[in-house]
Amino acid sequence: MNGNYGWGLPIQASTFAKEIDLGIYAIHGIMFAIFILWSVFFVYLLVRYRARPGVPSEHWETGTLQSMIPDLIVLGIEICLILFYALPAWSRIKMTVPPEGKSNVVEIVAEQFAWTVHYPGADAKFGRSNAALVDAQNPAGLDAADDAGKDDVVTVNELHIPLGKPTVVYLSSKDVIHSLFIPEFRVKQDAMPGMKIPVWFEPTLTGKFEIGCAQLCGIAHSIMRADVFVHTPEEYEKWLAAQHPQTQPY
Amino acid sequence: MSATATQALGPSKTTTGIPNGKLGVWLFLTSEVMLFATLFTSYIVLRMSAPSWPRGWEELNVPLAALNTVILITSSVTVVLAYAAACERDKAKFNAYLWITILLACAFLVVKSFEYGHKFTHHHFPSTSIFFAVYFTTTGLHGLHVILGIAYFAWLSYWAKDNWDHELFVGRVEYGGLYWHFVDIVWIFLFPALYLL
Amino acid sequence: MTHHDSHHGHGPDDFISKYVFSVDHKVIGLQYLITSLLFLLFGFILIMVLRWQLAYPDQPIPFIGNLILGSTGGVVTPELYNQLGAMHGTIMIFLGVVPLGVAAFGNYVLPLQIGAPDMAFPRLNMMSYWIYLPGGLLMLSSFIMPGGAAQSGWTSYPPLSIINPGQTVWLLAMVLIITSSLLGSINFLVTTLNMRAEGMSLMRMPIFVWAQFVTAVLLLLAFPPLEAASILQLMDRVAGTSFYLPAGLVVNGEALKVSGGGQPLLWQHLFWFLAHPEVYVLILPAMGICAEIIANNTRKPLFGYKELVGSMMFIGGMSFVVWAHHMFLSGMSASLGNFFLVTTMIISVPSVAVLTCLVYSLKGGSIRFTTAMLFALAFLPMFGIGGLTGLPLGITVTDIYLHDTYYVIGHFHYVVVTGSIIALMAGVYHWFPKWFGRKMSEGLGKLHFWTTIVCMNGIFFPMFITGLAGQQRRLYDPTAQLHNLTTQPLNVVSSVFAWLLFLAQLPFIWNFFRSIWHGEKVGDNPWEATTLEWACPSPPPHGNFEKPPKVYRGPYEYNVGKKAAWVPQHVAEVKA
Repeated sequence: MNGNYGWGLPIQASTFAKEIDLGIYAIHGIMFAIFILWSVFFVYLLVRYRARPGVPSEHWETGTLQSMIPDLIVLGIEICLILFYALPAWSRIKMTVPPEGKSNVVEIVAEQFAWTVHYPGADAKFGRSNAALVDAQNPAGLDAADDAGKDDVVTVNELHIPLGKPTVVYLSSKDVIHSLFIPEFRVKQDAMPGMKIPVWFEPTLTGKFEIGCAQLCGIAHSIMRADVFVHTPEEYEKWLAAQHPQTQPY
Repeated sequence: MSATATQALGPSKTTTGIPNGKLGVWLFLTSEVMLFATLFTSYIVLRMSAPSWPRGWEELNVPLAALNTVILITSSVTVVLAYAAACERDKAKFNAYLWITILLACAFLVVKSFEYGHKFTHHHFPSTSIFFAVYFTTTGLHGLHVILGIAYFAWLSYWAKDNWDHELFVGRVEYGGLYWHFVDIVWIFLFPALYLL
Repeated sequence: MTHHDSHHGHGPDDFISKYVFSVDHKVIGLQYLITSLLFLLFGFILIMVLRWQLAYPDQPIPFIGNLILGSTGGVVTPELYNQLGAMHGTIMIFLGVVPLGVAAFGNYVLPLQIGAPDMAFPRLNMMSYWIYLPGGLLMLSSFIMPGGAAQSGWTSYPPLSIINPGQTVWLLAMVLIITSSLLGSINFLVTTLNMRAEGMSLMRMPIFVWAQFVTAVLLLLAFPPLEAASILQLMDRVAGTSFYLPAGLVVNGEALKVSGGGQPLLWQHLFWFLAHPEVYVLILPAMGICAEIIANNTRKPLFGYKELVGSMMFIGGMSFVVWAHHMFLSGMSASLGNFFLVTTMIISVPSVAVLTCLVYSLKGGSIRFTTAMLFALAFLPMFGIGGLTGLPLGITVTDIYLHDTYYVIGHFHYVVVTGSIIALMAGVYHWFPKWFGRKMSEGLGKLHFWTTIVCMNGIFFPMFITGLAGQQRRLYDPTAQLHNLTTQPLNVVSSVFAWLLFLAQLPFIWNFFRSIWHGEKVGDNPWEATTLEWACPSPPPHGNFEKPPKVYRGPYEYNVGKKAAWVPQHVAEVKA
């Protein structure tokens, strides 16, 4: 798992990771080019126009349109970035969510300082949950009276998902603002108390990845982490079947 | 006083021709508009996102608030009359109108305190619901502005005793009046927003 | 509101009214200068302690650990860590850079540059300082209060800020600080509009005055919303309301007893509605200072005076419609993200224009490399890096990955530290002779400059790399998460440079205080500058000018043809 991380961006493990990285690399390339060109010009000016005895300064205030050229270049680059990159990619990644029928759906509830993952089980329906029922045996507070919850599975600080189809996470928080961050997937979304926010991603690699909290949430913010396990579909079914449904008596 | 200071600072000799005090008061009121605009925006946002919101007239006392509206509008008139009296150099009239304004402002607070007291005896506190949170916070902040106005007018009436002929005197009455109109206008927005909608 | 009665050509004689409760804009400016520099130092000390924990998690601080953190044996606890982080941000921004850039330089230099004898409301000016100081001290005192200082970050996002200890004092102090800034901004606006010397038309005002003017407008319009937002948060904390609390919160396994119905996002909107203009409050005075120093030391007029003024006004206006680019991932509607993406890209254009004008100003100049000029020149590439790295953060898609990582920390520190603070340092070296009639040592100044620049880059550049590797901000122990392990050595690098930066400030502190009494004596106009502040004695007497100055020309008349090397604004005839 540590091979996932280096001195640059972590490995790409979701479908849109490449698209996000493309933007990061391209923008940094542009930034680097602008900065180098600009610096050369800047140093040239400093050397060329250093104070020398007998050489007076020139008296001029405004040139022609040449002062607008850097503005126009930057504006042009930005318009291209907006039109051909940011708007389409943002609409694919954040503004649309894959249909639930074709996705793996889970709920994640963040709290100080843990991630509770709620899987709907075979019936694909989430059981009713109630914060008042939460205890050590029932971290999601599932209501035993609700039939839809009979086959539900709950894991704490572990997210298990299958390869090959998108996962839609309904993200919420019990107490303060947290932020679901999976570096390898290039996923980040704040968990806002009082809201249920859909987040989606489709893994491209099996293995173990990391969830971190990216929004200051209290004194144990830095240890609020979890593991993501991406299984092949068969392994995932096996894993799910082996789980003890949450509301059944032990 | 040195020539320098007088020349640049004299009330009528500013670069724009507008007295410093007047410009300052208008800018101050601009920031006050931003303050109350923020509160109103928050009110709108909270109300629009709430599943249900009580009708103002069911929770609050509309007749008392209507009485307060009349009181505050009357005080806006009397403060203008006080300013007119100051311009006409009629000291007795000025003092009379200024004190009527102060009394009306105090009356407003008395009525308001009855309203608050009534709410408290019925166990309606800012923590009761988001509606009462908005109600107490906005009217409370407005009430603080009323108290500030009373303090300013009281100081003005004291200061007027010895400074009736001061070059800044009329200006200070006018600035107090501008502020008071603003306080009045805030109430005129608060009244329907909280009680009638 | 106006009190001119006390305004005599000579000032008051007793110590208290001359140096403590002074109404003289110059004394108030220096009060702000010293106070805000001390706050900067204090905020810096906080981060030096914090950076120990980041570099060497959970290890006790050697040598001084027991001295400063006796109860924990020198280990920085998570509570303390979060307090240090929140207070570092708050102190640096609201008590350090803004008062230094706006109140200190603005107070001292602005009235002089427009030829005014004082601010429009001298007593209000005094009040601003005497509200700011208690506000600042109240903020500091929160460290020794039960529950400690605020620990929810300088952004104070609810619900965390409402359930965390220490926040009430933070809010009360903020209300004081905001009030002080508001009074100050009214004063600056009226002074700039109303107190100009004869002939000082708006388009003859130095760029610094324009920068302060636009800044004051931003403060006037942006601070009241934060004041209102703070009042609402204060109500949530002390009166039990739930403006920012939705129903059904469960904290530590217990249901929170509040009515609910509030919106945590509301705070973020109100906060950033202030805090984005606030970024320009931090940077505009810096731009103004650099413009002054660059014009003076290139010995030629500024390139594009009108473009500079226009750009600054455009920046000021636009800064009110970009706030939610801090909130792309907050749960706000994703289509709103597109709107703020576009406005954010638009606002970068005038910033580029300002940089372009300042760089082109060098062309054709005869550049003197004084210490002040070195700092002002360093501002250009350093602010450039800060601005450029804002690009991937302002683009919604790349922000998904970079948001709330160290990349953000690197970005805004390049803007505020190597941008604003560098420029403010330039201002100190440039105007020091005016304040005290003596120059600071150029040798020590250059030592200060080079060590400072190297250290600052050593601190902030590695943050881009840790950020790209995914290290989140505000982590007590970054090594607790696997993806932060490989780049941990860079946290050590940043920390070491932070401690070195402290050493690099010692020559400055020595130079500053030594030069007040023992610096090289200079005349009224040691830099041969053209603006009005150099037309009065150094330091200027009470009332500033011997007789009211009259302005005949623009602010940067250097090398006027063959006639003169430089012509001050108040000189009527150019002598051949």
